[in-house]
Amino acid sequence: MGSRERVLQNILSQQAPAKFLPTFETNYSHDSDNFQKFCEALESIGGKAVEIVTWKGITDHVAEQYPSMRRIISTISELPWYVPQFEHDPHSFENVDLSVLKGHFGVAENGAVWVTESLMGHRSTPFISQHLALVLNKGDIVSTLHEAYDRIDRISYDFGIFIAGPSKTADIEQSLVLGAHGPKSMTVFLVAT
Amino acid sequence: MDTKEKTADHASRASAFNRDEQRVNWHDKTLWFVREKRDKAAWQIPEWEHLRELASQIKDNVLSNLHNYLIQFEKQASSNGIIVHWAATAQEHNEIVYDIIRKKGVSQIVKSKSMLTEECHLNEYLLEKGIDVVDTDFGERIVQLAEEPPSHIVLPCIHKKKEEIGALFHEHLGTPEGSSDPVFLAAAARADLRKHFMKSSVALTGVNFAVAETGEIVVCTNEGNADLGVQLADTHIACMGIEKIIPQRKHLGIFLRLLARSATGQPITTYSSHFRKPRAGQETHVVLVDNGRSERLKSIDFRNALKCIRCGACMNTCPVYRRSGGHSYHYAIAGPIGAILAPSLDMKKYADLPFASTLCGSCSNVCPVKIDIHDQLYRWRQVIVKNGYVNPGKSLGMRTMSTVLSNPSTFRWIGRLGRLFIKHLPFLVNHKLNPWYKKREMPAPPAQSFHQWYKTMRTNGK
Ligand code: SF4
Repeated sequence: MGSRERVLQNILSQQAPAKFLPTFETNYSHDSDNFQKFCEALESIGGKAVEIVTWKGITDHVAEQYPSMRRIISTISELPWYVPQFEHDPHSFENVDLSVLKGHFGVAENGAVWVTESLMGHRSTPFISQHLALVLNKGDIVSTLHEAYDRIDRISYDFGIFIAGPSKTADIEQSLVLGAHGPKSMTVFLVAT
Repeated sequence: MDTKEKTADHASRASAFNRDEQRVNWHDKTLWFVREKRDKAAWQIPEWEHLRELASQIKDNVLSNLHNYLIQFEKQASSNGIIVHWAATAQEHNEIVYDIIRKKGVSQIVKSKSMLTEECHLNEYLLEKGIDVVDTDFGERIVQLAEEPPSHIVLPCIHKKKEEIGALFHEHLGTPEGSSDPVFLAAAARADLRKHFMKSSVALTGVNFAVAETGEIVVCTNEGNADLGVQLADTHIACMGIEKIIPQRKHLGIFLRLLARSATGQPITTYSSHFRKPRAGQETHVVLVDNGRSERLKSIDFRNALKCIRCGACMNTCPVYRRSGGHSYHYAIAGPIGAILAPSLDMKKYADLPFASTLCGSCSNVCPVKIDIHDQLYRWRQVIVKNGYVNPGKSLGMRTMSTVLSNPSTFRWIGRLGRLFIKHLPFLVNHKLNPWYKKREMPAPPAQSFHQWYKTMRTNGK
């Protein structure tokens, strides 16, 4: 008997008597303003929310905040850093200073943004660049993770991720350091609709 | 760590840790600070208790239907292009992982945090086979350089001071001597580990949740090390205990709301990656590991420990963990949860661990999946004593305790004696034969016992 059969048979003979799978509501009514809450949550985890009206708002902000950046890439065709075809070898992104990508929606309770592979160009872009910026419609913010998964079920993906702020560590005496392995900053541009 | 300490039990390791009082106080305070962050985060969610209850019920359901969920997961994952492996034991797990790496012809891999691989001693196994494993979680890298095991499942080097980390980095990464600034040290580790990420074609990760319905696996990190490794590598190996299965994707909403808040007080980890299909040209392997878990399923008393989502909250809150340090538990998983998991793997070797508790119940109160941790600790003590695995010091106390508790009149008499003793001859109670007294100050004895008080009240006609 192979390991698979051994493990499965052992489980079958040992497992607990059937217990029900609970059903649950996903609409916990948090009456506060999702947009406001999202911005607060994002700031609290080290991210930054920036409201914009036109695409120029993004280029202006980048020029002002990150004047010394040499390599910026984006999957958004309206932006000057647009890369129509991403290279196959992700290692070539090592010197990318800033990636600007679209996100699907934000989550008010924790400041996270849901991003899937189709918006990344390559799966490595959100992690390998020194800084990250995501672009969201201001109206695309859900209240909780429960609502988030309701929405996720409608968008199929091969790789999807919640990104909540810059990468961070507190491993050295619990001192928070932004920029562990991934981006050192995360800006979310919220486009007025 | 010398050989003597390798075989030492919790009590003697704890007293070694307690030799440096300042450090113990610092360790204690740091972890309590994390516990307080957890409280603040939990209190912000009005439905928190409801979420804990749901999480607990979902896990109960998983443990009662694990067989079918695993088959469903395997089917879904395979149809998504993931290669699924089964390992009955730690040894088999290590062999499977080695075999995948060997076929890729590499001699180094990057690894993000996985308590399962600690449990299986994968690093040591691979090292013997000539494969170098680079731990990429900062905390794990630090303990790896120090040639120590992690002392906490979420905060692996919580026992280390920044000066010690600075000295390690000076030795291994060539940072200037005497540097201890966390920002500087983290930058040095980032630069060094980037080099490893850039050249590793095999990346190994743990798994936080595996969804039976969709065949996807979810990995949570703050540092981004799991993703940096996996997205750059051609081969992703994900290792998971079979209990990591959850039935449906929407259940992630519950577990992800609980996990980071319980662990560090963050509303969510920075990255919650959902791997459904391998990237074009990439190979993804999932290794499902039993290693004693299915055996534990049958035990009504101890089965619930399999619900653990490894948040670490029970450690941060535990008065014994905080003041004895993770290494005193001499098992891959420390603290209250480690103390109930370890003895089911090897009752003799870990017989001391269930006694490393005050049974205060704080662990059970914070556990996001409502494991009855302190009750299990209590039950393990009984099993261990019954099997004769208890150490002589504690056994004496235990046996005395059971005589005392099963005989009311002796209990009353001893109680009266005890109160007199503590009052007039405290050194007789606080001596070396009474292990409970170590590092503890006894409360002032009450003038009357409850029984005496009750009797007086009755006689006074109240
Ligand atoms: S036993 Fe509960 S509190 Fe402890 S690590 Fe596991 S889930 Fe967290």
